[in-house]
Amino acid sequence: MAAKLTYDEVATGTELPPGVFPVTRATLVRYAGASGDFNPIHWNEKFALEVGLPDVIAHGMFTMASAIRVVTDWAGDPGAVVDYGVRFTRPVVVPNDDKGAVIEITGKVAAKLDDEARTVRVDLTVTAAGQKVLGMARAVVRLA
Amino acid sequence: MPLDQSFVGRTYPPTAPYEVGREKIREFAVAIGDANPAYTDPAAARALGHPDVIAPPTFPFALSYQAAQQVLEDPELGLDFSRVVHGDQKFRYTRPVRAGDRLVVTVSIESIKSMAGNDLMTVSGEVHDADGEHVVTSLMMLVARAPEEV
Repeated sequence: MAAKLTYDEVATGTELPPGVFPVTRATLVRYAGASGDFNPIHWNEKFALEVGLPDVIAHGMFTMASAIRVVTDWAGDPGAVVDYGVRFTRPVVVPNDDKGAVIEITGKVAAKLDDEARTVRVDLTVTAAGQKVLGMARAVVRLA
Repeated sequence: MPLDQSFVGRTYPPTAPYEVGREKIREFAVAIGDANPAYTDPAAARALGHPDVIAPPTFPFALSYQAAQQVLEDPELGLDFSRVVHGDQKFRYTRPVRAGDRLVVTVSIESIKSMAGNDLMTVSGEVHDADGEHVVTSLMMLVARAPEEV
């Protein structure tokens, strides 16, 4: 594994370049096919309303996949991620229009964990429509 | 009925091997909108020290979730799946999944807790390669909401 970013060039508090990722119904259909998650709450508005949701919602795992892009783009090697976890606190509602929803991600280095292993913990803030959609979104990354 | 605590520690038989293909990784990367060349270009992946293209960090979920069907459909456990939501998800990686891997998943019930009438169950999926080496552990926490009072 070879992250391009070095451990020495980051400090606690270093901010990662933010990510802004649009999600439309077409995105969700494509993700359903690629991931094998065909739960109708992610593509069938009638079904989503029947089970008490405000509209079709994005796959939580899609949001999780989007959030880590901020880290993998920053580190330079997706294989540098050694640990990644999130809590699904609020759904990303995706209306059936040409805009859909937008997932916005910011991240910062919360701690330098191990000078030998050159690992840092990145804390992510993930929002859609101005509200946090993931909690405890954290990744541990091994830098060069 | 809360879930039976005695199921904690139960391990299910390993899955049949899942062969990771370059084109499946590409399809997944396109679906998440991630153009990182490490997912699609073997030369770019090799430049980072990987023997072939690697998969995005959340790719293993599909395998671990498929394997977890053994738990979700275990008639003895009796989980009402219509009341289940995905509460949280963690991955612990030894290395990234890569094209050419033949991966076997072994699923266990890590914990069952009761909180405010809801059951919280954590299911782990240990993913190993054809040499028996650990690749990644997927930890999925499911919340089974309590039935509404009648």
